[in-house]
Amino acid sequence: MRYAGAVPVSLWHADRDLRGVDAVILPGGFSYGDYLRCGAIARLSPVMAELVPAAAAGLPVLGICNGFQILCEAHLLPGALTRNAKRRFIHRDVRLSVECASTPWTAGYQAGRQLIVPLKSGEGAYAADQATLDELERAGRVVVRYVGEAPNGAARNIAGICSEEGNVVGLMPHPEHAIDPLTGPSADGLGFFTSVVAAFAGRAAGVRA
Amino acid sequence: MSDKDTVEVASQTPERQQPYKELGLTDDEYAKVRDILGRRPTAAELALYSVMWSEHCSYKSSKVHLRNLAPDADQARHLLAGIGANAGVVDIGQGYAVTFKIESHNHPSFVEPHQGAATGIGGIVRDIIAMGARPIAVMDALRFGPADAHDTARVLPGVVSGISFYGNCLGLPNIGGELVFDACYAGNPLVNALCVGLMRHDDLQAAQASGAGNKVVLFGSRTGPDGVGGASVLASATFDDSGGKAAKRPSVQVGDPFLEKLLIECCLELFASGLIEGIQDLGAAGIACATTELAAGGDGGMAVNMDAIPLRDPSLTPAEILMSESQERMMAVVRPDLIDAFMQVCAKWDVQATVIGEVTEDGLLTMTWRDTTVVRIPPKTAADGPVYDRPMTRPGGLDALTENGPEGLDRPADGLALGDTLLALLSSPDLADKRWVTEQYDPIVRGNTVLAMPEDGGLVRIDEETGLGITLATDGNGRYCLLDPYQGTQLALAEAYRNVAMTGARPVAVTNCLNFGSPEDPEVMWQLAEAVRGLADGCKTLGIPVTGGNVSLYNQTGSTPIRPTPVIGVLGVHDDVRKRVGVGFPAQQARVVLLGTTTAEFGGSAWADVVHQHLGGRPPAVDLEAETNLAALIAAAAAEGVLASAHDLSDGGLGVALAESCLRGGVGCWVSLAGFDNRAGVDAEPPPDLFTALFSESSGRAVVSVTPGREDDFADLCEAHGVPATVLGRTGGDTLTVVNAFEVAVADLERVWSGTLPALFG
Repeated sequence: MRYAGAVPVSLWHADRDLRGVDAVILPGGFSYGDYLRCGAIARLSPVMAELVPAAAAGLPVLGICNGFQILCEAHLLPGALTRNAKRRFIHRDVRLSVECASTPWTAGYQAGRQLIVPLKSGEGAYAADQATLDELERAGRVVVRYVGEAPNGAARNIAGICSEEGNVVGLMPHPEHAIDPLTGPSADGLGFFTSVVAAFAGRAAGVRA
Repeated sequence: MSDKDTVEVASQTPERQQPYKELGLTDDEYAKVRDILGRRPTAAELALYSVMWSEHCSYKSSKVHLRNLAPDADQARHLLAGIGANAGVVDIGQGYAVTFKIESHNHPSFVEPHQGAATGIGGIVRDIIAMGARPIAVMDALRFGPADAHDTARVLPGVVSGISFYGNCLGLPNIGGELVFDACYAGNPLVNALCVGLMRHDDLQAAQASGAGNKVVLFGSRTGPDGVGGASVLASATFDDSGGKAAKRPSVQVGDPFLEKLLIECCLELFASGLIEGIQDLGAAGIACATTELAAGGDGGMAVNMDAIPLRDPSLTPAEILMSESQERMMAVVRPDLIDAFMQVCAKWDVQATVIGEVTEDGLLTMTWRDTTVVRIPPKTAADGPVYDRPMTRPGGLDALTENGPEGLDRPADGLALGDTLLALLSSPDLADKRWVTEQYDPIVRGNTVLAMPEDGGLVRIDEETGLGITLATDGNGRYCLLDPYQGTQLALAEAYRNVAMTGARPVAVTNCLNFGSPEDPEVMWQLAEAVRGLADGCKTLGIPVTGGNVSLYNQTGSTPIRPTPVIGVLGVHDDVRKRVGVGFPAQQARVVLLGTTTAEFGGSAWADVVHQHLGGRPPAVDLEAETNLAALIAAAAAEGVLASAHDLSDGGLGVALAESCLRGGVGCWVSLAGFDNRAGVDAEPPPDLFTALFSESSGRAVVSVTPGREDDFADLCEAHGVPATVLGRTGGDTLTVVNAFEVAVADLERVWSGTLPALFG
């Protein structure tokens, strides 16, 4: 977020306090070790009790990897993330296609734009029932899709989706690892962060790091 | 029996038979314990001495040789702490210091590959935390039996999944390592884990318990029956007459990386808040080792109330509690007035913490259990341990081995056969694409990784403003070391040094993991002594210190030891990571230059191994002065921005290095080896034949591509640094072309190179 010009604010899992931020990013990681289902315990964190109503009220929320898993467990997004097809952790730079550029997190991209972004997860295969998948497609809520075959076996090559209103976005690949060619495969991912900052242009955006 | 075996009982029953042999103590060692105490030890004391005097904890067989590694004043000039502390601490400038160490977890990883390897990562990470540093990266150097062996299909995926599970969950990038297959590791794989940590100069923590009245706090996981006697190979029946317990005691520990992550953050906050007087991680020999070493390092004694220790299994005996290797535990010494603040930090991170004792003035380590005293010993006597100067013999078969050189082996007859040889090498498991393994690791978490596998070294940014960074590489070569452990160890040192240099960094410090067979075998002991001598001499010549390491002995199957396998890790400082140099050839056309001198050196080579399954002759010569010149050249050229790529030459020589630079860059090259000078400027020696040029493993070499337009600047730098440089050709196209020999499409290289491990492991 610093790269995108915003001020990051850390939110503590045990505090029922969003500290007045303008947007929240649930980052990747291994909350509670992911010993149960990924994100299943983190979604019970006190801070989530504040986040869920705020998201329903329109707060921009981005879940990356474990953050996406938590958003699904918290039912802010439909479906679930399941074990990779080969049941091994995969780290790979993947090519994504931006399919929905109308969310606050992707508004800076042209629809159809392709991004090179790292994917690194063990339970990254998006899964949902056919009706849900059809509805996501119909409503244009597939935000990013793997180009070519999804390395993890995700349904319909879905890499990321959004809520009905579009303010809550979750994706498995890591745009925050593609903000500088020095430390990532590209700077293609920076658009997620500059998009949301642009949405709050004129105000300092604080986000959870 | 142990339930009632107090110090008092021990004094009154000197005749009681004790299972010291089953615990790994010799007759002499047991007699020495009795002599120290003036009575027989209690069961708990016997357990404590047995694990503390085990090879793993005491280094009793290697200590006399390791003394040679002590750095001289020149080598030590950048050191803040050296061998003896948990790991050495190196000043890298701008107020930063790093500490790094490599450690083995070989035997547990064979018994239970997933947990064995996972807890290997956990253990080395705690070593780094105990120095006051934030762990910032890990590496893994792995050696297994033949790639197509049945058991390798069990051990390798388990080890890799364990490292993946633990390291990824901890949020530590895995930035490199090694993957080697050889029949000598079939019954004894090598799993060596390296961790590097970062601190500010003032953050160095002490492993000692000083100040009478200070509290001893055990924090982290509760103590369970896992890993009891892991350090000393315990026969569990000897500790409990009632029987029936052995079945529930796994000898391999079980890892909880999330708790370890909490421990890291908890410790760092405790350090930052100034709440710790002394700290020790719990690894091999658990509480026995932590209490003994903290007490021995301090100025007084320590009294421990064992009843306060939180247990996962309340039926554990004092001996078992002392020896348990339950993971994710730390021990700290805390001032009484700070204990509440200490406990608050632990509570914030959901880390259980318990005061289990305090520092005393009596100079003794005393432990009570159920109102009786079960341990009362002078702690230094357990911490220091015996020292053996074991007999050594040059291996009887060594002369025959070195006389059976590779000179008579069939060589490729024509250009086509040279191309086939290259493909055979690239598809061999040791040289093939490692992505099957490295894709399971997260090399980029924390967002500071600039280079990682398959680059020559892992490069991590330390300071975003200045571009300061560190590079790490590990290397080892059991084939070379079998032929000559002195020279082979120097070759491993030289290769790791060279790999670090290729990124543009200056090598500054060395760590080592010495994997050998039984020290009771005089031939193994000779190999170990020669390896240490080679390392010590090599580091003195290079002017960089050994800052720590680990010795792993008894790596053998029956009476057959593994090949001597010292794994050498080198740390370098990169002044500006934005000027890093990678292995891959650039997209634009650039001049390709070979640096260094090539002679026909095939003893222990990848070619002899892969094509002829032959091992014999002499390993390549070592020229450490040439290595320092080469490293200085690359650093200077990187700083001036005249290099588009740099890749060291090692296994498989120039041919494999060219192919790897093509594969990494996704671009071809065109090279002619006709104008290839053997020694630039020396007319007397004829240029090597194509086969030697392509596959010799002469050390001190690299292949680079030069930034277009800067060819003359680079040539000047080569001359100024005294590095022989041979222009080979240029990058570009989609084939690897060696004039008058072969032309292979990069796509074919990729197919052959990347197919091997997936075909073997799915």
